[in-house]
Amino acid sequence: MSSPAPARRRGVERAAWGLILPFCLLFAVFTAWPVVQSLFMSFTDTRNRDLRTPFSVEFVGLDNYVQAFADPLFRTAAANTAYFVLVGVPLTLGIALAAAVVLDKGISRFRAFFRLGFYTPVITSIVAVAVVWRFLLQDEFGLINTVLGWVGITGPNWLGDPDWSMPALILMAAWRNFGTAMIIFLAGLQAVPASLHEAASIDGAGSVKRFRHITLPLLRPTLLFVSVTTAIGYLQFFEEPYVMTNGGPLNSTISASMYTYKQFGFGNYGFASAMSYLIFVVIAVVTALQFRLLRERS
Amino acid sequence: MTAKNRWWLYVPLTLALVAVVSPFAWMVLGSFKGEGEIRANPPTWLPESPSLDNYTQLFSRLQFGTYFLNSAIVAVLVTVGNLLFCSMVGYALAKLEFRGKRTLFLIVMATLMIPGVVTFVPLYVLVVNAGLANSLPALILPFLVSPFGVFLMRQFIVGLPGELLDAGRVDGAGELRIFARIVLPLCGPALATLGILTFLGSWNNFLWPLVVAQQESEYTLPVALALYSTGQNSIQYGLLLAGATIVVVPVLLVFLVFQRRFIEGIATTGIK
Repeated sequence: MSSPAPARRRGVERAAWGLILPFCLLFAVFTAWPVVQSLFMSFTDTRNRDLRTPFSVEFVGLDNYVQAFADPLFRTAAANTAYFVLVGVPLTLGIALAAAVVLDKGISRFRAFFRLGFYTPVITSIVAVAVVWRFLLQDEFGLINTVLGWVGITGPNWLGDPDWSMPALILMAAWRNFGTAMIIFLAGLQAVPASLHEAASIDGAGSVKRFRHITLPLLRPTLLFVSVTTAIGYLQFFEEPYVMTNGGPLNSTISASMYTYKQFGFGNYGFASAMSYLIFVVIAVVTALQFRLLRERS
Repeated sequence: MTAKNRWWLYVPLTLALVAVVSPFAWMVLGSFKGEGEIRANPPTWLPESPSLDNYTQLFSRLQFGTYFLNSAIVAVLVTVGNLLFCSMVGYALAKLEFRGKRTLFLIVMATLMIPGVVTFVPLYVLVVNAGLANSLPALILPFLVSPFGVFLMRQFIVGLPGELLDAGRVDGAGELRIFARIVLPLCGPALATLGILTFLGSWNNFLWPLVVAQQESEYTLPVALALYSTGQNSIQYGLLLAGATIVVVPVLLVFLVFQRRFIEGIATTGIK
Protein backbone atom coordinates (compact mmCIF):
# COMPACT_ATOMS: atom_id res chain seq x y z
CA MET A 1 0.00 0.00 0.00
CA SER A 2 1.05 3.59 -0.51
CA SER A 3 2.43 5.55 2.40
CA PRO A 4 0.11 7.74 4.53
CA ALA A 5 -0.97 10.98 2.86
CA PRO A 6 1.00 13.53 4.98
CA ALA A 7 4.28 11.66 4.53
CA ARG A 8 3.58 11.41 0.82
CA ARG A 9 2.91 15.16 0.63
CA ARG A 10 6.12 15.94 2.48
CA GLY A 11 7.98 13.75 0.03
CA VAL A 12 6.45 15.61 -2.92
CA GLU A 13 7.35 18.95 -1.34
CA ARG A 14 10.95 17.86 -0.86
CA ALA A 15 11.19 16.51 -4.40
CA ALA A 16 9.71 19.71 -5.83
CA TRP A 17 12.22 21.88 -4.02
CA GLY A 18 15.01 19.59 -5.14
CA LEU A 19 13.87 20.05 -8.71
CA ILE A 20 13.61 23.83 -8.61
CA LEU A 21 16.68 24.51 -6.48
CA PRO A 22 19.32 24.77 -9.24
CA PHE A 23 17.07 27.05 -11.25
CA CYS A 24 16.26 29.23 -8.25
CA LEU A 25 19.91 29.70 -7.36
CA LEU A 26 21.04 30.63 -10.87
CA PHE A 27 17.94 32.72 -11.45
CA ALA A 28 18.34 34.63 -8.17
CA VAL A 29 22.00 35.44 -8.80
CA PHE A 30 21.96 36.21 -12.53
CA THR A 31 18.45 37.56 -13.13
CA ALA A 32 16.50 38.58 -10.02
CA TRP A 33 19.39 40.30 -8.22
CA PRO A 34 20.50 42.31 -11.29
CA VAL A 35 16.88 43.38 -11.87
CA VAL A 36 16.57 44.70 -8.30
CA GLN A 37 19.98 46.32 -8.52
CA SER A 38 19.33 48.05 -11.81
CA LEU A 39 16.12 49.50 -10.44
CA PHE A 40 18.09 50.87 -7.49
CA MET A 41 20.85 52.09 -9.79
CA SER A 42 18.39 54.04 -11.92
CA PHE A 43 17.72 56.30 -8.92
CA THR A 44 21.41 56.95 -8.26
CA ASP A 45 24.30 58.70 -10.00
CA THR A 46 26.28 55.46 -10.44
CA ARG A 47 29.13 55.77 -12.91
CA ASN A 48 31.88 53.34 -13.90
CA ARG A 49 34.29 54.64 -11.24
CA ASP A 50 31.74 53.56 -8.59
CA LEU A 51 32.00 49.90 -9.63
CA ARG A 52 34.23 48.93 -6.71
CA THR A 53 32.61 51.18 -4.15
CA PRO A 54 28.87 50.66 -4.59
CA PHE A 55 28.00 52.43 -1.32
CA SER A 56 29.53 55.77 -2.22
CA VAL A 57 26.89 56.62 -4.84
CA GLU A 58 24.40 59.42 -4.33
CA PHE A 59 20.67 58.90 -4.38
CA VAL A 60 19.30 61.32 -6.97
CA GLY A 61 15.61 60.44 -7.05
CA LEU A 62 14.05 60.75 -10.48
CA ASP A 63 16.86 62.89 -11.94
CA ASN A 64 17.96 60.22 -14.41
CA TYR A 65 14.44 59.82 -15.71
CA VAL A 66 13.98 63.58 -16.04
CA GLN A 67 17.33 63.81 -17.80
CA ALA A 68 16.27 61.09 -20.26
CA PHE A 69 13.07 62.90 -21.20
CA ALA A 70 14.99 66.15 -21.65
CA ASP A 71 17.73 64.57 -23.76
CA PRO A 72 17.10 65.42 -27.45
CA LEU A 73 19.13 62.42 -28.60
CA PHE A 74 17.07 60.03 -26.47
CA ARG A 75 13.93 61.56 -27.97
CA THR A 76 15.31 61.07 -31.46
CA ALA A 77 16.16 57.47 -30.55
CA ALA A 78 12.64 56.92 -29.19
CA ALA A 79 11.08 58.35 -32.36
CA ASN A 80 13.32 56.14 -34.52
CA THR A 81 12.30 53.11 -32.47
CA ALA A 82 8.62 53.97 -32.88
CA TYR A 83 9.10 54.33 -36.66
CA PHE A 84 10.86 50.97 -36.78
CA VAL A 85 8.16 49.20 -34.74
CA LEU A 86 5.10 50.79 -36.39
CA VAL A 87 6.28 49.97 -39.92
CA GLY A 88 8.39 46.90 -39.20
CA VAL A 89 5.96 44.79 -37.15
CA PRO A 90 2.99 44.92 -39.62
CA LEU A 91 5.35 44.40 -42.56
CA THR A 92 7.02 41.38 -40.95
CA LEU A 93 3.74 39.81 -39.84
CA GLY A 94 2.11 40.45 -43.23
CA ILE A 95 4.90 38.73 -45.14
CA ALA A 96 4.98 35.87 -42.63
CA LEU A 97 1.22 35.31 -42.76
CA ALA A 98 1.13 35.39 -46.56
CA ALA A 99 3.98 32.88 -46.75
CA ALA A 100 2.38 30.62 -44.12
CA VAL A 101 -1.05 30.60 -45.79
CA VAL A 102 0.41 29.79 -49.19
CA LEU A 103 2.64 27.04 -47.77
CA ASP A 104 -0.25 25.62 -45.74
CA LYS A 105 -3.11 25.54 -48.22
CA GLY A 106 -1.83 26.81 -51.55
CA ILE A 107 0.69 24.20 -52.61
CA SER A 108 1.23 20.53 -52.00
CA ARG A 109 4.80 19.92 -53.16
CA PHE A 110 8.19 21.17 -52.01
CA ARG A 111 6.71 22.55 -48.78
CA ALA A 112 9.69 21.52 -46.61
CA PHE A 113 12.04 22.99 -49.21
CA PHE A 114 10.37 26.43 -49.16
CA ARG A 115 10.01 26.29 -45.38
CA LEU A 116 13.73 25.77 -44.93
CA GLY A 117 14.58 28.42 -47.53
CA PHE A 118 12.39 31.03 -45.83
CA TYR A 119 13.84 30.10 -42.45
CA THR A 120 17.53 30.47 -43.41
CA PRO A 121 17.74 34.21 -42.59
CA VAL A 122 16.61 33.43 -39.02
CA ILE A 123 19.39 30.99 -38.30
CA THR A 124 22.13 33.24 -39.62
CA SER A 125 24.27 35.33 -37.30
CA ILE A 126 23.47 39.04 -37.47
CA VAL A 127 27.10 39.68 -38.22
CA ALA A 128 27.02 37.49 -41.31
CA VAL A 129 23.76 39.13 -42.31
CA ALA A 130 25.33 42.57 -41.96
CA VAL A 131 28.29 41.68 -44.14
CA VAL A 132 26.03 40.53 -46.96
CA TRP A 133 23.47 43.31 -46.62
CA ARG A 134 26.10 46.04 -46.61
CA PHE A 135 27.14 44.68 -49.97
CA LEU A 136 23.57 44.49 -51.22
CA LEU A 137 22.80 48.06 -50.16
CA GLN A 138 25.94 49.69 -51.53
CA ASP A 139 25.30 52.85 -53.50
CA GLU A 140 26.95 52.06 -56.83
CA PHE A 141 27.97 48.42 -56.81
CA GLY A 142 25.19 47.05 -54.62
CA LEU A 143 23.05 44.19 -55.90
CA ILE A 144 19.77 45.96 -55.11
CA ASN A 145 20.66 49.15 -56.96
CA THR A 146 22.11 47.09 -59.82
CA VAL A 147 18.79 45.25 -60.18
CA LEU A 148 16.87 48.54 -59.89
CA GLY A 149 19.16 49.92 -62.62
CA TRP A 150 18.05 47.17 -65.02
CA VAL A 151 14.52 48.59 -64.94
CA GLY A 152 15.73 52.17 -65.20
CA ILE A 153 15.45 53.21 -61.54
CA THR A 154 18.35 54.99 -59.88
CA GLY A 155 18.34 53.51 -56.39
CA PRO A 156 19.08 55.72 -53.39
CA ASN A 157 22.30 55.62 -51.40
CA TRP A 158 20.49 53.42 -48.88
CA LEU A 159 22.80 53.56 -45.89
CA GLY A 160 24.22 57.02 -46.60
CA ASP A 161 20.96 58.94 -46.93
CA PRO A 162 19.15 59.81 -43.65
CA ASP A 163 15.79 59.40 -45.42
CA TRP A 164 16.54 55.91 -46.72
CA SER A 165 18.65 54.41 -43.92
CA MET A 166 15.68 53.46 -41.73
CA PRO A 167 13.63 51.93 -44.58
CA ALA A 168 16.72 49.90 -45.46
CA LEU A 169 17.02 48.59 -41.89
CA ILE A 170 13.29 47.82 -41.72
CA LEU A 171 13.51 45.88 -44.97
CA MET A 172 16.45 43.96 -43.59
CA ALA A 173 14.73 43.25 -40.26
CA ALA A 174 11.57 41.99 -42.00
CA TRP A 175 13.67 39.75 -44.23
CA ARG A 176 15.56 38.46 -41.22
CA ASN A 177 12.61 37.83 -38.90
CA PHE A 178 9.59 36.78 -40.93
CA GLY A 179 10.73 33.14 -40.90
CA THR A 180 10.13 32.71 -37.15
CA ALA A 181 6.65 34.22 -37.38
CA MET A 182 5.90 32.08 -40.45
CA ILE A 183 6.76 28.86 -38.61
CA ILE A 184 4.48 29.75 -35.70
CA PHE A 185 1.67 30.81 -38.08
CA LEU A 186 2.06 27.45 -39.82
CA ALA A 187 1.60 25.67 -36.50
CA GLY A 188 -1.48 27.80 -35.78
CA LEU A 189 -2.98 27.20 -39.22
CA GLN A 190 -2.81 23.46 -38.69
CA ALA A 191 -5.26 23.88 -35.83
CA VAL A 192 -7.92 25.43 -38.13
CA PRO A 193 -10.35 22.58 -38.87
CA ALA A 194 -10.57 21.80 -42.58
CA SER A 195 -14.27 20.91 -42.19
CA LEU A 196 -15.11 24.59 -41.57
CA HIS A 197 -13.51 25.56 -44.86
CA GLU A 198 -15.37 22.80 -46.71
CA ALA A 199 -18.71 23.83 -45.25
CA ALA A 200 -18.09 27.47 -46.16
CA SER A 201 -17.00 26.73 -49.70
CA ILE A 202 -20.16 24.61 -50.21
CA ASP A 203 -22.10 27.69 -49.11
CA GLY A 204 -20.32 29.57 -51.88
CA ALA A 205 -17.73 31.53 -49.89
CA GLY A 206 -14.65 32.46 -51.89
CA SER A 207 -11.13 31.99 -50.58
CA VAL A 208 -10.74 35.64 -49.54
CA LYS A 209 -14.01 35.51 -47.63
CA ARG A 210 -13.11 32.23 -45.98
CA PHE A 211 -9.73 33.67 -44.91
CA ARG A 212 -11.39 36.70 -43.32
CA HIS A 213 -14.26 34.94 -41.59
CA ILE A 214 -12.82 31.54 -40.68
CA THR A 215 -9.04 31.53 -40.71
CA LEU A 216 -8.35 34.95 -39.18
CA PRO A 217 -10.70 34.63 -36.17
CA LEU A 218 -9.38 31.15 -35.36
CA LEU A 219 -5.83 32.38 -35.77
CA ARG A 220 -6.33 35.16 -33.24
CA PRO A 221 -4.41 33.50 -30.35
CA THR A 222 -1.48 32.74 -32.63
CA LEU A 223 -1.59 36.25 -34.01
CA LEU A 224 -1.49 37.58 -30.45
CA PHE A 225 1.55 35.48 -29.54
CA VAL A 226 3.43 36.40 -32.71
CA SER A 227 2.64 40.10 -32.59
CA VAL A 228 3.54 40.34 -28.89
CA THR A 229 6.88 38.56 -29.27
CA THR A 230 7.74 40.42 -32.48
CA ALA A 231 6.87 43.80 -30.95
CA ILE A 232 8.91 43.03 -27.82
CA GLY A 233 11.87 42.15 -30.01
CA TYR A 234 11.50 45.16 -32.30
CA LEU A 235 11.09 47.60 -29.41
CA GLN A 236 14.55 46.52 -28.30
CA PHE A 237 16.08 46.61 -31.77
CA PHE A 238 19.76 47.15 -31.50
CA GLU A 239 21.78 44.80 -33.62
CA GLU A 240 20.72 46.06 -37.05
CA PRO A 241 21.86 49.67 -36.57
CA TYR A 242 24.86 48.55 -34.49
CA VAL A 243 26.36 46.47 -37.26
CA MET A 244 25.00 48.37 -40.28
CA THR A 245 25.09 52.10 -39.57
CA ASN A 246 26.28 52.63 -35.99
CA GLY A 247 23.21 54.82 -35.58
CA GLY A 248 23.99 57.12 -38.50
CA PRO A 249 23.81 58.91 -40.81
CA LEU A 250 22.90 61.97 -38.70
CA ASN A 251 21.46 59.74 -35.93
CA SER A 252 18.70 58.64 -38.32
CA THR A 253 18.92 55.00 -37.19
CA ILE A 254 19.97 55.24 -33.54
CA SER A 255 17.49 53.23 -31.44
CA ALA A 256 16.52 53.56 -27.78
CA SER A 257 18.33 50.33 -26.89
CA MET A 258 21.39 51.37 -28.81
CA TYR A 259 21.54 54.78 -27.16
CA THR A 260 21.18 53.07 -23.78
CA TYR A 261 24.03 50.76 -24.67
CA LYS A 262 26.18 53.71 -25.72
CA GLN A 263 25.54 55.48 -22.42
CA PHE A 264 26.48 52.27 -20.66
CA GLY A 265 29.69 52.29 -22.70
CA PHE A 266 30.41 55.86 -21.54
CA GLY A 267 30.07 54.61 -17.95
CA ASN A 268 26.83 56.44 -17.14
CA TYR A 269 25.31 53.41 -15.44
CA GLY A 270 22.56 55.20 -13.48
CA PHE A 271 21.36 57.08 -16.56
CA ALA A 272 21.54 53.96 -18.75
CA SER A 273 19.52 51.93 -16.20
CA ALA A 274 16.84 54.61 -16.04
CA MET A 275 16.50 54.57 -19.82
CA SER A 276 16.30 50.78 -19.90
CA TYR A 277 13.42 50.95 -17.41
CA LEU A 278 11.67 53.47 -19.65
CA ILE A 279 11.99 50.94 -22.48
CA PHE A 280 10.60 48.26 -20.17
CA VAL A 281 7.56 50.39 -19.33
CA VAL A 282 6.86 50.97 -23.02
CA ILE A 283 7.17 47.24 -23.72
CA ALA A 284 4.78 46.40 -20.88
CA VAL A 285 2.23 48.96 -22.10
CA VAL A 286 2.45 47.81 -25.72
CA THR A 287 2.11 44.18 -24.63
CA ALA A 288 -0.95 44.95 -22.50
CA LEU A 289 -2.45 46.93 -25.40
CA GLN A 290 -2.02 44.01 -27.77
CA PHE A 291 -3.60 41.63 -25.27
CA ARG A 292 -6.62 43.93 -25.18
CA LEU A 293 -6.87 44.35 -28.94
CA LEU A 294 -6.33 40.72 -29.83
CA ARG A 295 -7.92 38.85 -26.95
CA GLU A 296 -10.27 36.06 -27.85
CA ARG A 297 -13.85 37.06 -28.36
CA SER A 298 -16.40 34.39 -27.72
CA MET B 1 -9.57 19.91 -47.61
CA THR B 2 -6.36 18.76 -49.19
CA ALA B 3 -4.04 21.37 -50.61
CA LYS B 4 -4.92 22.11 -54.19
CA ASN B 5 -2.08 22.26 -56.58
CA ARG B 6 -2.34 25.82 -57.77
CA TRP B 7 0.66 25.75 -60.03
CA TRP B 8 0.78 29.51 -60.53
CA LEU B 9 1.52 30.00 -56.82
CA TYR B 10 4.95 28.49 -57.41
CA VAL B 11 5.88 31.55 -59.49
CA PRO B 12 5.66 34.18 -56.68
CA LEU B 13 6.93 31.61 -54.15
CA THR B 14 10.01 30.87 -56.21
CA LEU B 15 10.68 34.56 -56.81
CA ALA B 16 10.37 35.16 -53.06
CA LEU B 17 12.66 32.24 -52.34
CA VAL B 18 15.29 33.64 -54.70
CA ALA B 19 15.05 37.05 -53.01
CA VAL B 20 15.28 35.51 -49.52
CA VAL B 21 18.06 33.04 -50.18
CA SER B 22 20.23 34.99 -52.63
CA PRO B 23 22.15 36.91 -49.92
CA PHE B 24 23.25 33.54 -48.54
CA ALA B 25 24.04 32.05 -51.87
CA TRP B 26 26.16 35.10 -52.63
CA MET B 27 27.87 34.93 -49.24
CA VAL B 28 28.77 31.25 -49.60
CA LEU B 29 29.88 31.61 -53.22
CA GLY B 30 31.81 34.78 -52.41
CA SER B 31 33.85 33.00 -49.76
CA PHE B 32 35.53 31.02 -52.55
CA LYS B 33 36.37 34.13 -54.59
CA GLY B 34 39.45 36.32 -54.62
CA GLU B 35 39.39 39.86 -53.28
CA GLY B 36 39.21 41.52 -56.71
CA GLU B 37 36.31 39.42 -57.91
CA ILE B 38 34.24 40.11 -54.77
CA ARG B 39 34.47 43.86 -55.40
CA ALA B 40 33.80 43.50 -59.13
CA ASN B 41 31.03 45.52 -60.74
CA PRO B 42 28.70 44.17 -61.91
CA PRO B 43 28.91 41.50 -59.18
CA THR B 44 29.49 37.94 -60.30
CA TRP B 45 27.69 34.86 -59.03
CA LEU B 46 29.87 31.83 -59.63
CA PRO B 47 33.54 32.18 -58.64
CA GLU B 48 35.80 32.42 -61.70
CA SER B 49 38.57 30.40 -60.08
CA PRO B 50 37.23 28.90 -56.84
CA SER B 51 39.80 28.54 -54.08
CA LEU B 52 39.96 27.77 -50.38
CA ASP B 53 42.47 30.56 -49.73
CA ASN B 54 40.11 32.60 -47.57
CA TYR B 55 39.45 29.62 -45.31
CA THR B 56 43.07 28.60 -44.89
CA GLN B 57 43.97 32.22 -44.08
CA LEU B 58 41.19 32.45 -41.49
CA PHE B 59 42.54 29.54 -39.55
CA SER B 60 46.23 30.28 -39.95
CA ARG B 61 46.17 34.03 -39.32
CA LEU B 62 43.16 34.74 -37.17
CA GLN B 63 42.89 31.92 -34.60
CA PHE B 64 39.48 31.09 -35.97
CA GLY B 65 39.82 27.62 -34.46
CA THR B 66 39.93 29.17 -30.97
CA TYR B 67 36.84 31.32 -31.61
CA PHE B 68 35.00 28.34 -33.03
CA LEU B 69 35.86 26.20 -30.00
CA ASN B 70 34.79 28.98 -27.60
CA SER B 71 31.46 29.36 -29.38
CA ALA B 72 30.89 25.59 -29.35
CA ILE B 73 31.75 25.15 -25.64
CA VAL B 74 29.47 28.02 -24.64
CA ALA B 75 26.55 26.99 -26.85
CA VAL B 76 26.65 23.32 -25.85
CA LEU B 77 26.88 23.95 -22.09
CA VAL B 78 24.17 26.62 -22.17
CA THR B 79 21.89 24.30 -24.15
CA VAL B 80 22.45 21.34 -21.81
CA GLY B 81 21.86 23.53 -18.75
CA ASN B 82 18.59 24.89 -20.14
CA LEU B 83 17.29 21.47 -21.18
CA LEU B 84 18.01 19.98 -17.76
CA PHE B 85 17.13 22.79 -15.34
CA CYS B 86 14.15 24.21 -17.23
CA SER B 87 12.52 20.81 -17.64
CA MET B 88 12.99 20.11 -13.91
CA VAL B 89 11.25 23.36 -12.98
CA GLY B 90 8.66 22.84 -15.71
CA TYR B 91 7.74 19.47 -14.23
CA ALA B 92 7.52 20.83 -10.68
CA LEU B 93 5.33 23.75 -11.81
CA ALA B 94 3.11 21.57 -13.98
CA LYS B 95 2.53 18.46 -11.89
CA LEU B 96 3.64 18.89 -8.26
CA GLU B 97 2.08 20.75 -5.35
CA PHE B 98 4.48 22.73 -3.18
CA ARG B 99 4.57 25.97 -1.20
CA GLY B 100 5.62 29.01 -3.23
CA LYS B 101 4.56 27.45 -6.53
CA ARG B 102 2.28 30.31 -7.60
CA THR B 103 4.84 32.94 -6.64
CA LEU B 104 7.57 31.17 -8.58
CA PHE B 105 5.41 30.98 -11.68
CA LEU B 106 4.44 34.65 -11.43
CA ILE B 107 8.07 35.72 -11.11
CA VAL B 108 9.04 33.61 -14.10
CA MET B 109 6.29 35.17 -16.23
CA ALA B 110 7.17 38.70 -15.10
CA THR B 111 10.84 38.33 -15.99
CA LEU B 112 9.86 37.11 -19.45
CA MET B 113 8.82 40.69 -20.22
CA ILE B 114 11.87 42.46 -18.84
CA PRO B 115 14.18 43.45 -21.69
CA GLY B 116 17.74 42.16 -21.57
CA VAL B 117 19.13 45.67 -21.53
CA VAL B 118 17.66 46.19 -18.03
CA THR B 119 19.90 43.63 -16.37
CA PHE B 120 22.85 44.37 -18.60
CA VAL B 121 24.61 46.92 -16.41
CA PRO B 122 24.28 45.19 -13.00
CA LEU B 123 25.07 41.83 -14.54
CA TYR B 124 28.27 43.31 -15.92
CA VAL B 125 29.10 44.80 -12.51
CA LEU B 126 28.41 41.44 -10.89
CA VAL B 127 30.66 39.60 -13.31
CA VAL B 128 33.47 42.12 -12.87
CA ASN B 129 33.23 42.03 -9.07
CA ALA B 130 33.19 38.23 -9.05
CA GLY B 131 36.44 38.27 -11.01
CA LEU B 132 34.79 36.50 -13.93
CA ALA B 133 35.44 39.17 -16.58
CA ASN B 134 37.39 37.82 -19.54
CA SER B 135 36.51 34.22 -18.83
CA LEU B 136 34.30 31.66 -20.51
CA PRO B 137 32.16 31.10 -17.36
CA ALA B 138 31.03 34.72 -17.69
CA LEU B 139 29.58 33.78 -21.07
CA ILE B 140 27.91 30.62 -19.73
CA LEU B 141 26.66 31.01 -16.14
CA PRO B 142 24.16 33.86 -16.70
CA PHE B 143 22.45 31.89 -19.47
CA LEU B 144 22.19 28.40 -17.94
CA VAL B 145 18.49 28.91 -17.15
CA SER B 146 15.84 31.05 -18.81
CA PRO B 147 12.25 32.02 -17.92
CA PHE B 148 11.33 31.33 -21.55
CA GLY B 149 12.55 27.74 -21.22
CA VAL B 150 10.64 27.18 -17.98
CA PHE B 151 7.45 28.56 -19.55
CA LEU B 152 7.86 26.38 -22.64
CA MET B 153 8.51 23.18 -20.67
CA ARG B 154 5.71 23.84 -18.21
CA GLN B 155 3.20 24.37 -21.03
CA PHE B 156 4.24 21.09 -22.60
CA ILE B 157 4.30 18.98 -19.42
CA VAL B 158 0.90 20.29 -18.27
CA GLY B 159 -0.55 18.57 -21.32
CA LEU B 160 0.90 15.13 -20.48
CA PRO B 161 -1.75 12.68 -19.25
CA GLY B 162 -1.81 12.35 -15.45
CA GLU B 163 -2.57 8.61 -15.60
CA LEU B 164 0.95 7.86 -16.74
CA LEU B 165 2.44 9.60 -13.72
CA ASP B 166 -0.10 8.01 -11.35
CA ALA B 167 0.86 4.58 -12.66
CA GLY B 168 4.43 5.33 -11.66
CA ARG B 169 3.33 6.52 -8.21
CA VAL B 170 1.30 3.35 -7.57
CA ASP B 171 4.42 1.38 -8.38
CA GLY B 172 6.10 3.30 -5.57
CA ALA B 173 8.47 5.35 -7.70
CA GLY B 174 9.65 8.66 -6.19
CA GLU B 175 8.99 11.97 -7.97
CA LEU B 176 12.57 12.28 -9.20
CA ARG B 177 12.39 8.79 -10.69
CA ILE B 178 9.05 9.58 -12.35
CA PHE B 179 10.59 12.73 -13.80
CA ALA B 180 13.64 10.96 -15.18
CA ARG B 181 11.96 7.76 -16.36
CA ILE B 182 8.47 8.84 -17.47
CA VAL B 183 8.31 12.61 -18.02
CA LEU B 184 11.63 13.30 -19.75
CA PRO B 185 11.25 10.60 -22.42
CA LEU B 186 7.82 12.02 -23.32
CA CYS B 187 9.22 15.54 -23.72
CA GLY B 188 11.06 14.89 -27.00
CA PRO B 189 9.44 17.56 -29.20
CA ALA B 190 9.52 20.22 -26.48
CA LEU B 191 13.16 19.48 -25.66
CA ALA B 192 14.03 19.63 -29.37
CA THR B 193 12.32 23.01 -29.66
CA LEU B 194 14.01 24.41 -26.58
CA GLY B 195 17.30 22.85 -27.62
CA ILE B 196 17.47 24.42 -31.05
CA LEU B 197 16.19 27.81 -29.91
CA THR B 198 18.71 27.90 -27.06
CA PHE B 199 21.59 26.71 -29.22
CA LEU B 200 20.68 29.27 -31.88
CA GLY B 201 20.43 32.08 -29.33
CA SER B 202 23.73 31.21 -27.71
CA TRP B 203 25.62 30.58 -30.94
CA ASN B 204 24.53 33.95 -32.35
CA ASN B 205 24.67 35.84 -29.04
CA PHE B 206 26.61 38.95 -29.78
CA LEU B 207 26.14 41.87 -27.44
CA TRP B 208 27.06 40.24 -24.11
CA PRO B 209 30.19 38.45 -25.37
CA LEU B 210 31.23 41.66 -27.14
CA VAL B 211 31.28 43.49 -23.81
CA VAL B 212 32.53 40.71 -21.53
CA ALA B 213 35.15 39.01 -23.69
CA GLN B 214 37.89 41.60 -24.07
CA GLN B 215 40.72 39.21 -24.85
CA GLU B 216 41.22 37.36 -28.07
CA SER B 217 41.42 34.00 -26.32
CA GLU B 218 37.79 34.40 -25.16
CA TYR B 219 36.28 35.73 -28.40
CA THR B 220 33.32 33.89 -29.80
CA LEU B 221 32.70 33.77 -33.55
CA PRO B 222 30.19 36.65 -33.76
CA VAL B 223 32.50 38.89 -31.69
CA ALA B 224 35.54 38.12 -33.79
CA LEU B 225 33.60 38.66 -36.98
CA ALA B 226 32.11 41.96 -35.79
CA LEU B 227 35.42 43.37 -34.59
CA TYR B 228 37.09 42.28 -37.77
CA SER B 229 34.43 43.81 -40.00
CA THR B 230 34.10 47.17 -38.24
CA GLY B 231 37.43 47.78 -36.57
CA GLN B 232 39.87 47.99 -39.45
CA ASN B 233 40.47 50.43 -42.24
CA SER B 234 41.20 47.93 -44.97
CA ILE B 235 38.68 45.15 -44.69
CA GLN B 236 39.41 41.94 -46.51
CA TYR B 237 35.98 40.91 -47.68
CA GLY B 238 37.05 37.43 -48.70
CA LEU B 239 38.00 36.59 -45.13
CA LEU B 240 34.82 38.17 -43.86
CA LEU B 241 32.59 36.14 -46.16
CA ALA B 242 34.44 32.93 -45.31
CA GLY B 243 34.08 33.66 -41.59
CA ALA B 244 30.39 34.44 -41.98
CA THR B 245 29.87 31.17 -43.85
CA ILE B 246 31.62 29.17 -41.13
CA VAL B 247 29.36 30.72 -38.49
CA VAL B 248 26.22 29.58 -40.30
CA VAL B 249 27.16 25.98 -41.03
CA PRO B 250 26.76 24.38 -37.56
CA VAL B 251 23.40 26.07 -36.98
CA LEU B 252 22.17 24.94 -40.37
CA LEU B 253 23.14 21.36 -39.48
CA VAL B 254 21.43 21.53 -36.08
CA PHE B 255 18.29 22.90 -37.75
CA LEU B 256 18.26 20.20 -40.43
CA VAL B 257 18.62 17.45 -37.84
CA PHE B 258 15.90 18.81 -35.56
CA GLN B 259 13.55 20.59 -37.98
CA ARG B 260 10.86 17.87 -38.08
CA ARG B 261 10.67 17.64 -34.33
CA PHE B 262 11.13 21.38 -34.02
CA ILE B 263 8.02 22.17 -36.03
CA GLU B 264 5.99 19.48 -34.29
CA GLY B 265 7.29 20.83 -31.01
CA ILE B 266 5.98 24.31 -31.65
CA ALA B 267 2.68 22.91 -32.89
CA THR B 268 2.07 20.77 -29.81
CA THR B 269 3.34 22.94 -26.97
CA GLY B 270 0.44 25.29 -27.56
CA ILE B 271 2.38 28.54 -27.56
CA LYS B 272 -0.42 30.58 -28.99
